[in-house]
Amino acid sequence: MFFFYPLASILGVSLREGGPWGSDVIGRLFSSWIYVRVLWFTTWQAALSTVLTLAVALPGAYVFARYRFPGKTLILSLTAVPFVLPSVVVAAAFQALLGERGLLNGWLMGALNLPSPPITLDHTIWFILLAHVFYNYSVIVRIVGNYWSRLRPVTAEAAKMLGASPWRVFFEITVPLLMPAILAASMLVFIFCFSSFGVILILGGPRFSTIEVEIYRQAVHLFNLPMAAVLSLLQILLTLAFMGVYTTLQRSSSLPVYTESRSVTEKRITGMKDWIFVGANGLVILILLCAPIAALMVRSFHAQDGFTLDFYRSLFMYRDQSLFPIAPIAATLYSVGFALSTLVLSVSIALPAAVLLTWHRFRIVRFLDPVLMLPLATSAVTLGFGFIIALDEPPLNLRTSLALIPLAHTLVAYPFVVRSVLPALRSIPKELKEAASILGATPLQVFFGVIMPIVSRAVMVGAVFAFTISIGEFGATVLVARPQTPTMTLAIYRFLGQPGEMNYGCAMAMSTLLMAVTAGGFLLLDRIRIAREGEF
Amino acid sequence: MPLLQVQDISKTFDRTRVLDRVAFSLDKGGILCLLGPSGCGKTTLLRIIAGLETPDSGRIVFDGRDLTGVEPFKRSFGMMFQEFALFPHKDVLGNVAFGLRMQGLPREEIMDRAREMLALVGLSDHEKRNVAELSGGERQRVALARTLAPRPRLLLLDEPLGALDRALREHLMVELKAILKTISVTCVFVTHDQAEAYAMADRIAVIVDGRIEQIDLPERLYRNPYNPTVARFLGLQNLLEVTVSPGGTAVSEFGLLRLKDLAQDRTGPAVLLIQPDAARMIPAGMSEKERLFRITGIVRNFLYRGKYYTLEVESSRGTRLLFDLPDDSPALSVGQEVSMSVDPEGISVLGDG
Repeated sequence: MFFFYPLASILGVSLREGGPWGSDVIGRLFSSWIYVRVLWFTTWQAALSTVLTLAVALPGAYVFARYRFPGKTLILSLTAVPFVLPSVVVAAAFQALLGERGLLNGWLMGALNLPSPPITLDHTIWFILLAHVFYNYSVIVRIVGNYWSRLRPVTAEAAKMLGASPWRVFFEITVPLLMPAILAASMLVFIFCFSSFGVILILGGPRFSTIEVEIYRQAVHLFNLPMAAVLSLLQILLTLAFMGVYTTLQRSSSLPVYTESRSVTEKRITGMKDWIFVGANGLVILILLCAPIAALMVRSFHAQDGFTLDFYRSLFMYRDQSLFPIAPIAATLYSVGFALSTLVLSVSIALPAAVLLTWHRFRIVRFLDPVLMLPLATSAVTLGFGFIIALDEPPLNLRTSLALIPLAHTLVAYPFVVRSVLPALRSIPKELKEAASILGATPLQVFFGVIMPIVSRAVMVGAVFAFTISIGEFGATVLVARPQTPTMTLAIYRFLGQPGEMNYGCAMAMSTLLMAVTAGGFLLLDRIRIAREGEF
Repeated sequence: MPLLQVQDISKTFDRTRVLDRVAFSLDKGGILCLLGPSGCGKTTLLRIIAGLETPDSGRIVFDGRDLTGVEPFKRSFGMMFQEFALFPHKDVLGNVAFGLRMQGLPREEIMDRAREMLALVGLSDHEKRNVAELSGGERQRVALARTLAPRPRLLLLDEPLGALDRALREHLMVELKAILKTISVTCVFVTHDQAEAYAMADRIAVIVDGRIEQIDLPERLYRNPYNPTVARFLGLQNLLEVTVSPGGTAVSEFGLLRLKDLAQDRTGPAVLLIQPDAARMIPAGMSEKERLFRITGIVRNFLYRGKYYTLEVESSRGTRLLFDLPDDSPALSVGQEVSMSVDPEGISVLGDG
């Protein structure tokens, strides 16, 4: 209800107020160059981001797939941290490193005595692309690397024995064999970049606008609800189409092609070439993934006159500004509160849903699976937009309710919970339940006595997932939240939008806090997760 | 000069010595089999010859040229892998044509040669088939055609029949040998299966624990293993520890055995290999001198096997020997003592080990 009603409202608004069948708005959408340009920009920046990510991450995938080195699992976990960071934090991190007031510019100006910042990436497409590569590096490394590690080296050796040089082996054997994984991973990255919101809004500035950003602008700044509605529809349809392509690709990439256990395919780092190659990739990880995060942390402790805790201190102070009606640190409390409610809500929705999905016998269940997963395909901004136009009038007026944010977050989060619980549920053999019921257990006793203990780990994974998603959620939150109850992500966004050293530093400090929470949550999750890699 | 020379190859993996100064040579057109138990290093040796592994020391010389540092794709060798390693993204013809394409031949020539190879292995009507749809035997043939198509200077086969079931193996063994002889290719192949080695190879090298224990013709290998290690690997029974005294007499726990002239210059401890068909019950009218050389033990088993009996005798110290006796031998019962003469021709003296 909280998903389809808002969506229906979007549809309603776009139809009702946009002339017959929305034709006026649709006509305007396509007649106005601006919107065509938005669509075009959304597409090409996503495509370019995907290509760049591939270029940077494929060698990394090879390193993780084929070499054995100490700390590999840990490093692999850590590379995934950027992927789970809130987009606001990522944006802040890149500003901290490369922005006008960023660390690198600061150093360069100091060292070379320059009057102005030498790196002027602010509000350029490069900033956005870099952030997207940062974000999605681990997607490619995990999906492609996992697949790569299962490819049998003997196939490449056979080609070599037939006279193929290393380059020909790579292009004629390895790449075609990896293709399903590369395509699936690329499609996923493309979808993420296509619906990118926070990064573009903050790093791109007013010049760049994806469909997502445009929805937000139309709805919040221009109050052009019909246009926002039509854009939302467009976004939903496109994302659905992409998701369809992805699902198809993913199915073909999980087909068993002659696979090998990992221990056979891994080799040790030997010789100069290997060291250079692995080292270069380590450097990429260090510069691309670690540097922005490190810069963010450094910047949060560093004012013009050196080390300071002022930014953190000021988070606790109430300043009489229109920016915040409360002390910024309260946003943390709100965030945690919302995240906990989201956790409870999404687990209690996802658990019955997952159990329902295991009842294969009923045809309707097979139909339900994609339907329950639909929110996954809908971008957060669209969802938030649906909420504000659907739930602010009777029959459901929740506009001012605190429940709005957890509800929106739950919609974003529960598909992930279902996805983590479902495999565990499916892995329980039927005989186990039958044995329990023959021993006299009622269905409820079977559920709580047999099934729950087995899937509890998976449920925990899902719960942490929900918490992490909620606390870092930005797209829906920015539309739904009330000024009196800002979350951490909103606080960062507002800080970043204000001039002044103090606000900037506060944004960095808040981002660091948020990053610590999400990264911590994620690493915890990676620990308790039952070795299920490459699942997104 | 031999075509292939393997000179003192050693290789160590994770501090385990996999190959220990292995050396042999192979003439043009010969088929050499590397026979050994799994984990003996024979596949590693094959991969070193192919160039897929680098030896710690030693050289591979081919056609008078040292191949050290020559990349595998520049060696023009053909290698067939145990699981065949067909390219799953190419059809049958695409697999067979791959090596020819790497040679940069014109298209028609590639197609002609690939089709010729498919005809050779009897798969002409499978050109467009997906390799995933093929049966085990068909995959083996595609792999063979693919390996042979670029006319390799040396053919390397790693357990070419190992991935197939027993019945199919028997059948393809004969076929493979025929094909190899038709194209008269020089070939090194690896197997752990003796029957396969005897059937296919001109010469067999027995490798145990990273060392070549013996290289010989199949018949000689079976009749005259150099040492107990080889004999045990070949599954030969009737190994008997003895002391050889001057004059060609062996003293064993079963009694005295006469050895043939060849081995007479050896004295001291030795191991004998006694062929199962070399023993006969002692006939009544044998001279005292003849009766001196006999073995005596307790019958532990006496089974009628159709054309012959198998007899198991045990010495006072518990060693057991197995013999095949002709079906006209007098019946024996378990537990009785028995004396037999052994034909010196059926006894070989093995080296120490």
